[in-house]
This record gives sequence, structure tokens and C-alpha cells, in this order.
Amino acid sequence: MSETASESNNRGTGILPVLPVLPERPESPARVVPEEPPLQAGLTGPAVRFMDRRPGVYSWLRVKKKFPHMWCPGCGLGAILGAFTRALIHQNYSKDEVVVVSGIGCTGRIPVYLDCNTLHTTHGRALTFATGIKLVKPHLKVIVFMGDGDALAIGGNHFIHACRRNLGVSAIVVNNSIYGMTGGQVSPTTPSGKRGTTAPLGNIEQPFDTCALAIGAGASFVARATVYHYNLMEKLMCQAMSHEGFSVLEIVSNCQTFFGRLNKSGSHIDMLKQMRDRAATYSPTLDVAKARSEGKDLVVGVLKQDDGRKEYCALYEEEVVRPSMAGKG
Amino acid sequence: MDVQPGKPLLLSGNEAVAYGALVAGARFYAGYPITPSTEIAEIMAVEQPKVGGKFIQMEDEIASLGAVIGASLAGAKAFTATSGPGFSLMQEHIGFAAMAEVPCVVVNVMRGGPSTGLPTKTSQADIMQAKYGSHGDYPSIALMPNSVLECFALTVKAFNLSEKFRLPVTLLSDEVIGHMREKVVLPAPETVEVVDRVAPTVPPDWYQHYPATSTGIAPMASFGMGYRFHVTGLTHDPYGFPTERPDEIESLLQKLKNKEIHNPKDLTMVEEYMLKDADICILAVGSVARSARQAVKMLRRYNIRAGLLRPQIVWPFPKIPVEEMLEHVQFVLVPEMNVGQVRKEVERLAKDPRHNIRGLNVMNSVMITAEQIVERVLAMELKTKGARKGGRVHV
Repeated sequence: MSETASESNNRGTGILPVLPVLPERPESPARVVPEEPPLQAGLTGPAVRFMDRRPGVYSWLRVKKKFPHMWCPGCGLGAILGAFTRALIHQNYSKDEVVVVSGIGCTGRIPVYLDCNTLHTTHGRALTFATGIKLVKPHLKVIVFMGDGDALAIGGNHFIHACRRNLGVSAIVVNNSIYGMTGGQVSPTTPSGKRGTTAPLGNIEQPFDTCALAIGAGASFVARATVYHYNLMEKLMCQAMSHEGFSVLEIVSNCQTFFGRLNKSGSHIDMLKQMRDRAATYSPTLDVAKARSEGKDLVVGVLKQDDGRKEYCALYEEEVVRPSMAGKG
Repeated sequence: MDVQPGKPLLLSGNEAVAYGALVAGARFYAGYPITPSTEIAEIMAVEQPKVGGKFIQMEDEIASLGAVIGASLAGAKAFTATSGPGFSLMQEHIGFAAMAEVPCVVVNVMRGGPSTGLPTKTSQADIMQAKYGSHGDYPSIALMPNSVLECFALTVKAFNLSEKFRLPVTLLSDEVIGHMREKVVLPAPETVEVVDRVAPTVPPDWYQHYPATSTGIAPMASFGMGYRFHVTGLTHDPYGFPTERPDEIESLLQKLKNKEIHNPKDLTMVEEYMLKDADICILAVGSVARSARQAVKMLRRYNIRAGLLRPQIVWPFPKIPVEEMLEHVQFVLVPEMNVGQVRKEVERLAKDPRHNIRGLNVMNSVMITAEQIVERVLAMELKTKGARKGGRVHV
């Protein structure tokens, strides 16, 4: 892009002077996937894995400045933040090339704790800010964190249009089925019949299925995980971030403080167990209707992956910039 | 599009805004179509890819300004154009840009309101919205051109102010200026003063995104430069992290306000026409100032000493020039295409009860003519002179 841009400036006649072009896009460094560290003899399992990776996780957090975090004890967001930092380490990104954007709500507080380029925007509009950043600097990795109310209620319009556009941004929608920060109001994903402070007798509305909405709107990568499926969540985060186009990852999370209390779902441990029991791993042969009848209504895994579609920035370069330059020259 | 500087051209106001933005270095445009500003978006769709910039049509005006702010944070000079209804939607993000100190330019080609109003007719009813549209106390800068050439010049100025003060700046054009074609001779781009934002030179560990300075001016890093900072619309400390400490909140809001009040040199821009010896001042902004200028010429022919004062930067309101003018004129007429938004500002500055301030308010979407202004002045003049000594007016 930079080469063609400077060419046009040299060639340009008339009013347009030799103008400064946007900074050159550096070549993204080759991704080196770190080898799994050898396990210590005698010790196996997640504990060792955690110990091995611990310094890395800390390096991605604003440990000295911003901790302890402000989430309730037992909230799924802590696990999500942990999985996200591990996914970033696994992807081997540099801290300067990652931009984390968020909206408002409990989920909107995630960027404060991450030591990279972070932006905390207005309610529901995180994807629009991400659009501007990605278009101007396509080499940056832009990840957007949104809650369910943020992404699907106030930001529903921006969400479906971002899916349609296929810009290379990863949207992670943390779905806890309730507005947590304002104190337990029903959200667009609160299941019918469940209670919130604004639906004290139960929600009479039909909830959104985030992933079905994203698929319908044309997102090229759609996946779902829950905070119970921690390793899957980390893996799907890596996949979503490596995807070229727009990727949506819904993470079903728990809000025992409000959703759990109002709906008598028990503690966060109980809610995690419910997630485990409700989950069915997606495969093309999975009979969704049958799984649903067995009470397994949370289909986890990669639900859609379309690698054939061009990413928006690449398409803009190819279909708009190149013909414009040719027409001008 | 080929635009030859130094040669006479027939351009509309919206075209001049678009070329002004390109000369000022704008390399990102996000917008949503709305009459009467759409031409700016159409020109940007053609021109931005040629100069290495980006154009995107977003799903609404909220998203447009959101993308513009994102682009600005990523280091590009960015702007959007809209009209009244879209400007109302953008208020959320104008407040965000002011709070998070993100430079960006919003062009509002005013049309008749309220609500959907009169899409194809003119008005000046968004002046107060440009000042107080978003919630909370925040500094506002708004410029009002009165000709096609000034659309070009003030667009460049808007970008310069925005980059210097790290604030959203509004250019209040209107339907008449936007769609009017005039002969203009544009200056060579090399001769146009363009201000770019100052990049920080300190090591990343020392960098503060919001340092406390008395004038509110500070260097600004962008995403991907190696300075990892946090940007938020919450009240924040100098590093950008959310804070609830009263002392930090106070100093943050005071700093924002200081941008407006501690930089009068940069933020005062008025045109005076035959005002030196005037007894009567016509204070007009934007397109109405064209009629007002004509009215001054006509009144001078009647031996009435009238003059014109025209704020080009309307927010912050030019306190010093208006107060000086109030010292030596007998009365002030403020013709405008609204219920008296600028007149109220003049009245606020007129502390002396002898100050006689009248308005000529036309809200029927038909441009105020010079004759209407002359008539109003003559009526006022007759009344005053009659009361004083039964004076005579040469009509």
C-alpha cells in the first residue's frame, strides 16, 4: 500500500501536494509457535502448565498498576482474562501490535488490566472504534471484548454490520445473560422465564442466539465456548485471532452475583457444573435437536469457519485502491 | 479530481470542504449519507484511495464518528460530515472525543430542524448544539464559513485546531453555503499552513497520555507506536486509567476547560467590516453574514454608519472583540436563521443596560436578504432618533 501511495503523490498534479502518507506498514513478524515446555518428572496436569506459563501471563498484565481487579469473586471474567493472556502468548504477538477494545460493563473493564494498546469506548460502540483502527493500521491485531448487552442490545446494529463487512477484527462476546454492572437487569440473551430485576416475574421475551445471529449476519468465523471449557476457550481464542476475517467467539460465562441469586442457580461452582451438563461439542454430524431434547442446548466448538472470503482491508486494497491508482496514473 | 490551484474554479461549498480536508492531510473518512452533506462523502470515496487514505460508509452516524475516533487514535487525521439529525446522533462520541482528547473534525452542513425538519433547506439552528450537544462540561470549538473559499480555509483551520488542542472541532456550514457555487481561486497547497500532531519523544515508561499542562496542549502517541497507553471515556488520571479521586477528577475537568479559555489567541477569529466608526453593528455568522455585509453597504449609502462583526470561530464565543464592539456602538442587530441563539450570547456579554440588542430571526428556511436587514435597522434607527431629537433619515 505504502509503495503505491507514494507513487501517486509523486505523480499527482493539481491541488494535491506531496502529502505525508500514513506510516508504512511493517511486515508482521513470522509467527513462531513456542514449543510446549517439557513437563517435570513426576508432576503432570494443569498445575505444571500454569507454573510454566506464569511469568508470561504476568508480563501481559498491568500487575503493579491496576490489580486487584474489580470483578466479583468467582466471576468468569477472571478465567477469560487468564485464557486470553495465554492465548496471546501462544500466538506470540508483541505487545505493541495488539489493540484491545471494549465497550461498557463488567466485560468492558478487561482492557484496563492488559499491558498493550487499550481502548475503553462508549456503550455498544466498541466495534466501530475497532473498524477505524483496523482500517488505518491493518497490521495491528484488534480484539474487541463486549458483554451480551453491549454487543447485542445497544450495539446490535454495529455487531451485525461488522459481521457483514468481514473486517479482520476478533469480537469476543462474553455472555452472562444479564446486565451485571448495573445490578441484574434482563439482557437480550436472558432465557425466557428467567428473572432479572427488570423482569421480576420472569422474562417474557425470546433471547438472541449470539452465534446463530453472527452466522446469519455473515461472520466468517463463529465459535462458542464456556468458562467451564477453559482449554477449549483458550484454543478458540487462538483460532479466532488467527482467522483472517471477522471472527466471533461467544463465551458463556457465569454471573452468580445477580443471575445466580435472582434465579436460584446456586454458587459459581454450581453454575459451572450446569454449563458442563448443558454443553455438547459441535461436529457436523451432531444432531442439535436431539442434543437439545436431552438438555444439551449449549453447542460449543467452531460452528462456522469460512476461509475463502477475503478480508475487508485486503479487499479494499485490491478492489478500490488499485483501480483508483490506475485511473489516476 | 483535478483542481488547479491559482486558477479560477467554480466550486460548491461541500466540494471546497472536501478539498480543504485533503490539503489539511485528512486520510480517513467514515460517514453516513445525509442531505445536504452527502457530496463530501461522495468526493471522499473517490479521492481517499488515491492519496493512500481510507473511506468507509458506516451503518449510522454514531458508528461513523466511532470509526473516525478509532482512526485518529491509530494516527490518521480523520473526519466525517453530516447534518442536523446525524449531528444529534454523533453527540455521544463528540463527548467521548472531548473527554478522551482525540482530535477529529465533524462537518455539520446545517439544515432546517427540529427532527427531520427540512432536509433541503437552510437554517442556523445547530449553533447551540455544537456547543452544548453532549452531556457534561466539555470544551467546544466550532467554525462558521460564509463563502466557498472560506469553506476551504476554515476546514484546514478546523483540522489544525483539532490536532493542536486534541479536541473534536465542528465546522458549521449550512445548506446555502454547501450547495452554492462560487468562483474561487484556491491557494497552492504548499502555501497552506498545516499543523500536525506532536509525537512524544519521551521513553515509553515515562509517557503520560493526559499530562497536566496549563494550556491543555500535549504531545500525543498513537496505537502501534510503542507507547502502550489506556484510553477511556471514564474520568481518568494522567496515564489514562479510570479514577474516582476527587482531586484527579477536578484537575482533569479543569484542564479540559482550560483548553478553551487559556488559548484566546488561537481561538479568536473575527472579521470586521466598516466597524471602526460604526454606530450600528450587525453581528452575523455564516451564510447570513453575506446578506449582512450587503446590508452594511446599503446602509452606508443612506449615511447610516453601520458595520459588520462576523465571528468565524463561533465557539468559544469571541468575548473580547464583542465587548470592545459593545463599548462604542449604539445598538446591535443580530440577524440569524434561528430563534436567537447567537443573540443570547451577545446579550450575556452586554452587562450595561444601555446596550440595545435586537434580533432578526427568520425560521421559514428562506435566506435572510439584505433588504430585510436594512428595513429592520431603519426601523430601529427611526425609533431611536425619533425618541432622541426627531431626527431625519435619508431614505
